[in-house]
Amino acid sequence: MAKRRVMFTFPQELIREPVIYNLGQQFKVVGNIRRADISEDKGWVVLELEGKEEDIEQGIAWVTSKGIRVDPIIGDIVEG
Amino acid sequence: MSYATALRCRKCGREYPLEPRNLCNFCFSPLEVSYDYKSMAKAVSRQKIAAGPPDMWRYHDMLPVGDEVVNIGAGFTPLIKADRLGRELGLDELYIKNDCLNPTYSFKDRVVSVAITRARELGFDTVACASTGNLAASVAAHAAKADMKAYVFVPADVGAGKLTGIAIYNPVLVTVNGSYDDVNRLCGKLVEKYSWGFINVNLRPYYAEGSKTLGFEVAEQLGWHAPDCVVAPAASGLLFTRIWKGLDELSMLGLIKEVNTHMYVTQAAGSSPIVSAFEAGSLHVNPVKPNTVAKSIAIGNPADGYYALRVARQSGGGAGAVSDDELIEGMKLLAQTEGIFSEAAGGVVIAGLRKLVSSGAIKKNQLTVAFITGAGPRTQEIVSDIVQPLAIQPTLESFEEVVGENV
Repeated sequence: MAKRRVMFTFPQELIREPVIYNLGQQFKVVGNIRRADISEDKGWVVLELEGKEEDIEQGIAWVTSKGIRVDPIIGDIVEG
Repeated sequence: MSYATALRCRKCGREYPLEPRNLCNFCFSPLEVSYDYKSMAKAVSRQKIAAGPPDMWRYHDMLPVGDEVVNIGAGFTPLIKADRLGRELGLDELYIKNDCLNPTYSFKDRVVSVAITRARELGFDTVACASTGNLAASVAAHAAKADMKAYVFVPADVGAGKLTGIAIYNPVLVTVNGSYDDVNRLCGKLVEKYSWGFINVNLRPYYAEGSKTLGFEVAEQLGWHAPDCVVAPAASGLLFTRIWKGLDELSMLGLIKEVNTHMYVTQAAGSSPIVSAFEAGSLHVNPVKPNTVAKSIAIGNPADGYYALRVARQSGGGAGAVSDDELIEGMKLLAQTEGIFSEAAGGVVIAGLRKLVSSGAIKKNQLTVAFITGAGPRTQEIVSDIVQPLAIQPTLESFEEVVGENV
């Protein structure tokens, strides 16, 4: 099983959708939330995803296609 | 000896041994080095520091490594009173901290010197980084000095001129054919798979501490006083937070009085997630896709953005973003008033400072230090339009014909 630490940043229109639940159901990826801040107009969630490598990849592609920004929790590694 | 005691989570306070680790296992927040400040305070004094070497290692007691350091001569760069630029901007007491004058021409030598020293202490024989220029050159140079193997990953679109300044130190230089995000993703996987000291990932807490020396030096060079205002660029936000930490530690150790410095962070508008969050009054830094000529600070997802934001707020400072045109004007102004050819990040600082003075945020009589963190020649193509020589034949007549009126 692979693990990936990521941050989801939600646009306002997706705040009410159970995206993390659907990610688990559709892609067999378990999301373990460590930090989050959600309000009525914006939100972010820091979580660890666990599952098969290809399921995580497909799950992240699906989440991204819905308009949620997915970033690695360590920030950008490439520096100047 | 080192007075470092542990790695501590900046969010939840959990502590970890001084190992290669950058995130808290529980809340995934960044870790930073904790020290035994009581013992450190007994060991340090202004006199001892002043008698130390003319480089960043004069502050060895305040850095998280033991005695055998990897030193190519980084730090203790000039702090210059910038009277001409000050007059131009409307400041009586403006100073430039000129970190172009490091061995590989940027402040990265400070952070890499600490990180590679720690890597060797931890038993790594190989270090790695991903960079568009400055960090790569510095890692390769320090690895050469330490006789360590270095893997350096560079996006394939980085110009040949920059690659020469990396390859000369003979690292394993790998160009990655993909977007900036692709390179980040690849590096995330490399970090997990290989037991390397990844300079700005698993060695990040140690790497970060090197930037404190910028704060130490400025205070020492000002006669053991903290400035009224600091203006510095931000990419990941780490440098900005550590300048502040450096000043704060000096005060805690009794080497300077209480710090009342206002910290101003500047970014290029095409990659300004920290400034945007500041202006929006938000505590969360929303990642962006960078689009600016200031490549050395083009980080869209800044690992320490939140903490940089907090420093700007808590110090009563501020934030400002400038366009690419403005930053290029800033580079020219710095060169043409103070004789310092900075990279684009320096233009961001000068153009940002101009805005901060115009808006009244920084006052005419406030002692202000602008941090110029990297030299221009590595990225000189962004100002190539300034090259407009007067072409003449090798005769006096030709000189007087073409240049005559300008003499």
